[in-house]
Amino acid sequence: MTIDSVRGAPDTAEAGGPELVQLLTPEGERVEHPDYPLELTAEEVRGLYRDLVIVRRIDQEAVALTRQGELGVWASLLGQEAAQIGSGRALAANDMVFPTYREHGVAWCREVEPLNLLGLFRGVNHGGWDPAEHGFHLYTIVIGSQTLHAAGYAMGVQRDGVLGTDKATATIAYFGDGATSQGDVNEAFVFASVFNAPIVFFCQNNQWAISEPLERQSRIPLFKRAQGYGFPGLRVDGNDVFACLAVTRKALENARTGQGPTLIEAYTYRMGAHTTTDDPTRYRLKADEEAWKLKDPIERVKAYLVRGDLADPGFFGKVDDEAKQIATELRKACLALPDPGPLTMFENVYAEPHPLMTEEQEQFAAYLASFEEVAS
Amino acid sequence: MTETLTLGKGLNEGMRKAMENDPKVIVMGEDVGKLGGVFRVTDGLQKDFGEERVIDTPLAESGIVGTAIGLALRGYRPVCEIQFDGFVFPAADQIITQLAKMHMRSLGKVGLPVVIRIPCGGGIGGVEHHSESPEAYFTHTAGLRVVTCSNPADAFSMIQQSIASPDPVIFFEPKRRYWDKAPVEVDSTDWTPLHKARFVRPGEDVTVLAYGPTVKTCLEAAGAAEDDGRSLDVIDLRSLNPLDVETVVESVNRTGRCVVVHEAPVFNGYGAELAARITERCFYRLEAPVLRVGGFSTPYPPSRNEDDYLPDLDRILDAVDRTFAW
Repeated sequence: MTIDSVRGAPDTAEAGGPELVQLLTPEGERVEHPDYPLELTAEEVRGLYRDLVIVRRIDQEAVALTRQGELGVWASLLGQEAAQIGSGRALAANDMVFPTYREHGVAWCREVEPLNLLGLFRGVNHGGWDPAEHGFHLYTIVIGSQTLHAAGYAMGVQRDGVLGTDKATATIAYFGDGATSQGDVNEAFVFASVFNAPIVFFCQNNQWAISEPLERQSRIPLFKRAQGYGFPGLRVDGNDVFACLAVTRKALENARTGQGPTLIEAYTYRMGAHTTTDDPTRYRLKADEEAWKLKDPIERVKAYLVRGDLADPGFFGKVDDEAKQIATELRKACLALPDPGPLTMFENVYAEPHPLMTEEQEQFAAYLASFEEVAS
Repeated sequence: MTETLTLGKGLNEGMRKAMENDPKVIVMGEDVGKLGGVFRVTDGLQKDFGEERVIDTPLAESGIVGTAIGLALRGYRPVCEIQFDGFVFPAADQIITQLAKMHMRSLGKVGLPVVIRIPCGGGIGGVEHHSESPEAYFTHTAGLRVVTCSNPADAFSMIQQSIASPDPVIFFEPKRRYWDKAPVEVDSTDWTPLHKARFVRPGEDVTVLAYGPTVKTCLEAAGAAEDDGRSLDVIDLRSLNPLDVETVVESVNRTGRCVVVHEAPVFNGYGAELAARITERCFYRLEAPVLRVGGFSTPYPPSRNEDDYLPDLDRILDAVDRTFAW
C-alpha cells in the first residue's frame, strides 16, 4: 500500500464537496439552503459589498507599505474577505472574538482601527488595542493558542449566568487549517465540548499552511473532526459572504442559548502569500490560483447586485473611491507613526511596579543620557 | 487566632479565604474536585464552593493554563493546579508566550491575574518527572512573578497575596514539606510583602540563601554549624522574581561569604543569577566566591539516588567550610 492510497483522495481545491453550504454562487446567483434561510435588504448587501472592498483595499495598501519597507511584514487576507466579513457581521455587540494575525476583516467589523493593525506589523507595539472595548482580542501569533483563550472566555460567560438572556455572549475563535494540527486547538475542542461552552470555532481553511497543503494536516475534511469531539461541524463556502453570515449567525445564536460549540470550516483559498516574506511559486501551481480567482468573494456580490439592479450605477465607483480614500489616509497615518522611545520597552511588562524593570530602565536611561553629556 | 496547620493545609485555608473574599476566584486543575488534589491541597473546596468554582479539568496542562487565561480575560481569577512539576511543560507555551506577555502586548490594557500552583522538588521517592525544580525556566521569563513558600504560615499568606496580584504568579510548593506543621495566624493579614525575603536565622559568618524545600535543610545546617562555632545568616528568599536583592546584599556585605542552596541543577540555575548579582554588588566585601549547592547537572535521578542528589546538611556545611578556604 502506498502512502497515497492510505491518504485517500483529498478534497480538490476545485470542489468544496456536497456538504458545502452556499447561498451565493460564484456567478452571483442566489441559492437557498433549507437550514440557513437568509433575508437581506439591498442596503445590507451593499453594506457587505462595501466592507469587502474596503478590507481588500486596506490589505493591498499594507502589502504595498511592506514592499516599500514601511512594515516589517504583513499577513494578507486576500481571498478570505467573505469568510471574515460574513462571520464578522454575524457578531453581536456583546460577542467576543479571538483572532489570529490575519483577521483584518473581522477587526474592521469590530471597529479596531486599521492603523492599529499596521502598527503591530510596523513594529511600534505588539497590538495595544483594548480587547474589551472592541469585543476583539489581541492578535495571537503563536498558531492556535487563542482557541484555548476563547474556550476559557466562554467558560467564564457560562459562569456569569448570562446565557439565554439579552446579555448573552457568544465567543468565536478564528484559526486556520494548519492550526487544526496543534495540540492547543484539539484541547480547546475538548474543553469546549465537555463543558458545553458557548463558542464557535471558525476555521478558515485557506488550503495552505505557508507551504504545506491541507493534506499534510488532515485525512478527512476538517469540519468532520467536530463529530469526534461531540459537537456539530459544517463546511461553508468561505468565498460566499451570505453563507458565512448565515451559518455563523446560527452558530452564535446556538452558543448564546446554551446549545454549546459549533465548528465552522470556511472553505476558501489564500490568494496571496502566507506573508510578504513568503514565495508561493515554490510550492503551488498558478493554475490553482487561477481556478480560485473565478470564485472571487467580491465579484460574486457585485454580480448579484448588478443582476438584481440593487445598486445605482454610481455605487461601485463610490465604494472604490471611499476605499481609496481610506487607504490613502491609512498610508499617511502609518508613515507618521512615531517609533516608541527606548525606555518604553520596560513599561507594561507587569501591572504592578517591578524592581528589575525600574532598575534596568533607570540604568539604560543613564546610559543614554551619558551620550548627551559627551555631546554637550 | 492561631492554628497549627500543615503547609498543605495552609495553602488550602489560604485559597478558601481568597474564595470567600472574592467570588471571581476559581480553582482548576486535574483531580482538584472530589479528590481534593493528589496532595489534598484543594480538599473540601469543591464541596463548599461548587463545581463551577472548583473545576476538574480534562487532562491537558496547556488547556488548563490556556482556558485560565480566557477566564481571566472574562474577569475571573483562576488558580490552576499543575499536578507535578514535571507535568508543567505541556503548558510552558501558554505560560511563556501568552500568560507572561499579554500585559505588554495590550500596552497595559489587559492584566492576567492567574496563579499557577506547582508542587516542586524531590525527596518523596517519586518516579521520573515527579521531583523536579523547574523554577529557572520561569524566572527567566519576563512578565511572570515567581514565588515559593517554605512553611505553613507563608503558604497561607503567600497564596492569598498571589491570588490578589494583578500579574500572573508561578507559585512553587515544596511537596516534601506539605506535611510540616507550624502555628499560623489565620485571622491576621499583617503579612510580609509577597516579594520580600526574610531572615529566618540570624548569623554573622556566612550568608546562606535558600527557598522552598531547602530552607528547612539550611536551618538544620545552621544548627550543626553552630556546634562548630560558625553562625549562618539564613535567608528564605520567598520571591525569585522579583528578587529582594537588597536583603541579600545587606547580609553578604556583613558576612563576606555566601552559599546558595537549591534543589535544581546548579548549572544555569537560579543560584547563578544570585552569584552574579552578589558579585556585582558586594565585590569588595566578598572574602570568597559565592558557592552553590544544588542538584547535579543530570536529569533527576531514580529515587534510590535522590539522597545523594539533593543538597543535604553535610554538603551545605562542606560549602560553608570551603568559603573559608580562600
